[in-house]
Amino acid sequence: MHKKTIAQLSAGLAAGEFSSEALTRAFLERVERFNPQLNAFITLTAESALIQARAADERRRQGAAGPLTGVPIVHKDIFCTQGVRTSCGSRILDRFIAPYNATVVEKFNAAGAVMLGKTNMDEFAMGSSNETSFYGPVRNPWDLDAVPGGSSGGSAAAVAARLTPGATGTDTGGSIRQPAALCGITGIKPTYGRVSRWGMIAYASSLDQGGPMARTAEDCALLLAAMAGFDPRDSTCVDRPVPDYAALLDQPLTGLKVGLPKEYFGEGLDSAVAQVVEEAIAEYRRLGAEIVEISLPNSHLAIPAYYVVAPAECSSNLARIDGVRYGHRCENPKDLQDLYTRSRAEGFGAEVQRRILVGTFALSAGYYDAYYLKAQQIRRLISDDFRRAFDQVDVIMGPTSPTVAFNLGEKVDDPITMYLSDIYTIAVNLAGLPGLSLPVGFVGQRPVGLQLIGNYFAEDRLLNVAHRYQQVTDWHSRAPAAFA
Amino acid sequence: MMEWETVIGLEIHAQLATKSKIFSGAAIAYGAEPNTQACAIDLGMPGVLPVLNQDAVRMAAMLGLAIGAQVAHRSVFARKNYFYPDLPKGYQISQYELPVVQGGHLTVDLEDGSSKVIGITRAHLEEDAGKSLHEDFQGLSGIDLNRAGTPLLEIVSEPEMRSAKEAVAYMKKLHQLVVYLGICDGNMQEGSFRCDANVSVRRKGAPQFGTRAEIKNLNSFRFVERAIDFEVERQIDLIESGHKVVQETRLYDPDKGETRSMRSKEEANDYRYFPDPDLLPLIVDEAFIEAARAALPELPDAKKQRFAEQYGLSGYDAGVLTVSRELAAFYETVVASLGSEPKLCANWVMGDFSAFLNKENREIADSPVNAEQLAGLLRRIQDRTISGKLAKDVFEAMWAGEGDADTVIEKRGLRQITDTSAIEKVIDDVMAASPDQLAQYRAGKDKLFGFFVGQVMKLSKGKANPQQVNDLLMEKLKG
Repeated sequence: MHKKTIAQLSAGLAAGEFSSEALTRAFLERVERFNPQLNAFITLTAESALIQARAADERRRQGAAGPLTGVPIVHKDIFCTQGVRTSCGSRILDRFIAPYNATVVEKFNAAGAVMLGKTNMDEFAMGSSNETSFYGPVRNPWDLDAVPGGSSGGSAAAVAARLTPGATGTDTGGSIRQPAALCGITGIKPTYGRVSRWGMIAYASSLDQGGPMARTAEDCALLLAAMAGFDPRDSTCVDRPVPDYAALLDQPLTGLKVGLPKEYFGEGLDSAVAQVVEEAIAEYRRLGAEIVEISLPNSHLAIPAYYVVAPAECSSNLARIDGVRYGHRCENPKDLQDLYTRSRAEGFGAEVQRRILVGTFALSAGYYDAYYLKAQQIRRLISDDFRRAFDQVDVIMGPTSPTVAFNLGEKVDDPITMYLSDIYTIAVNLAGLPGLSLPVGFVGQRPVGLQLIGNYFAEDRLLNVAHRYQQVTDWHSRAPAAFA
Repeated sequence: MMEWETVIGLEIHAQLATKSKIFSGAAIAYGAEPNTQACAIDLGMPGVLPVLNQDAVRMAAMLGLAIGAQVAHRSVFARKNYFYPDLPKGYQISQYELPVVQGGHLTVDLEDGSSKVIGITRAHLEEDAGKSLHEDFQGLSGIDLNRAGTPLLEIVSEPEMRSAKEAVAYMKKLHQLVVYLGICDGNMQEGSFRCDANVSVRRKGAPQFGTRAEIKNLNSFRFVERAIDFEVERQIDLIESGHKVVQETRLYDPDKGETRSMRSKEEANDYRYFPDPDLLPLIVDEAFIEAARAALPELPDAKKQRFAEQYGLSGYDAGVLTVSRELAAFYETVVASLGSEPKLCANWVMGDFSAFLNKENREIADSPVNAEQLAGLLRRIQDRTISGKLAKDVFEAMWAGEGDADTVIEKRGLRQITDTSAIEKVIDDVMAASPDQLAQYRAGKDKLFGFFVGQVMKLSKGKANPQQVNDLLMEKLKG
């Protein structure tokens, strides 16, 4: 059963081939068996999963089942779940239990999906390798010496290892797409405002966006349909109808205009990865796409701008976790200052502290104009680049990440190199556009992802473009040998 | 001896009378048990998001229109970042560079009868913080977040006031306005209307302002006046003794009647303001502004002018009667019910009625005598059923719950005697009982006229119509 996609499982449940309870047990067994090697989960919710599964089976008997009713999924541990720990990968929230569900969690609950557990992640979504988690690194199912990418590394690894058919992730600078690429699965970061951020612990509020991760574009379409939509509790959420993504998957690609930004194929891109990406583009040409070279001239400014905006926002967003009302509190504080400094110094890991410090500095009097304001101006330039590009082309393609998965520990002491892992994904967040990563081959045994970038709210087009490729290739159905 | 000039600007925080908080659905009733009016948003839990309360924006727009300000079509909420236990998110959401109300002015009436226009720089929306409770916890502090997220409108004046009295006049005028508009309950004890005063002094004629001190959190008109007066003295003494005023934040201690330093400019926080990414810029369109304009009540100045013109009242009386919408409405109901004599109505509303309210510290809504009942009493003065003097006793009885004017008059037998023959009979009795005084009067001692009036009133138990008594006595005493 674990080999099936969500679409297949949904069909099997509908046909009565198996119950949700049996399906859930099967995945829980796999989690129990394989998770110790991967560390993809922070919290398992086996008991409540079985309750949800039985409720889903009952709902189906009553004829009220939807496409996701009874389908197991996992949530990145950044989404608040009522009554179940939400740690955000941090010691400081190790014992935090939210009294409410994130909108995304609520929507999956309403659809009848079954939550198996909550997945590991870089602490507060700050990382590209899942090595900053308080709960230890996640390993890449394709090669246990390799990182799964981050920050949604637990979700990506769990999907790749067939411990779940689908997962939620969040993406602030590439945190869905880069781990999807490094783990050989499909993941989409929707347009900013497409998915509610209510109950999704904020890293950088103007960049964060939740999205689905699964093996295929078709599965992502099913998951995104459940996640997306207006939420009055999130002022930045856009009130706009959600298309029937699954129904739009099969549109032909004839005449599709694809732009290849020359900046995404230059220095820094691993040549083996480049070759795999070029083969994928050749496949698109065969599918009827017209490929043109474009330019996104301000691409080189994306990483510096991101590393001002994101830390600035996080320095403010994480101020609430102060040891006063919830979260870790140091032993025997002498006074208020001691309570703050020790609770936060003990509770936050090194990378989080680094970004809080950088962000605090960037917002300080006398530096605001030079850093934060300048970075916001760069965002505008980057958005303008994309706007011009989308006057010419329908979709932009390129590598998701400049390299395949690197080894655990390889970049942990070199933040700048680590940051470059997101060089092709970050601009998409700065502009608020949707981006998708799909598996298109391997370098050695490590997967390569192709990134598709679409215009605002063109998630349907991205899913369609990815799906058509997956109809003629089988990269997405390959499984890591140890977890087949 | 050099002459000094005081320069004052006020920042007034008016708590808006919305039903729920500015960014959450929690209620904001005052005095609830600690932390019973704080939801996950007010507690600053992870993952929660603010959603702006539209009613707070409507109220801000109403103030803007009432002071002739620009209601900004686009304004921005920013985060003011600092750590404090009663600030749950580690930042306060406030408007910084682009406030919703820009410019404006208020005309204030000064004690010498003149008026002065005070410029208003801006008014912006923000959320209040919670409260730290330092008592009852044995060395620890308690946090009550009921107040966290309460909507505030901070109204910032230009530094255009030149004395504590002017500052108080401005504050009173603004207080009257926000209460009129129904956007603030104006309760200063509960902190619904409080003020920070920026105070400096300079030599008269000096082109530059002096260094200012900011006195925080003044929550009564009296404290504002005393704190400013103290601060002005302090600053003048400093300069005259060769020292300098330092820019700082000070607190007023009402028990000692003095201000003291809270923190200097150097110790001030760097608030790291930046636009709140959780809130889109606030867009207020013309239709919204027009709806707010349509909802404006008659404003105090307009009402005062209308009262003076329509009812023929002095400026002073018109001002007193329009001090609140409730009193003005009460007055107008009395006039409408009586149908004439607006001046008589004014005297009674400002006189006995207000005095009784004040004595018992009651609101008009809780008055035992309503406007129609008061008009009923005045009608009996008008038709001479009772004298104005007796009417005061009747009013007191009405206040005590003895019924309306006619009931009290009947029950107590207070109906005025207007029958000429009856009055003449009393006069005859008095004259017969006072032959000496009569002789003296007729011998030219005019002053004794008052004695006879007094005796007649006494004998008639105050019920004889005074005018008739006068006229008839004059006749009869001549002999």
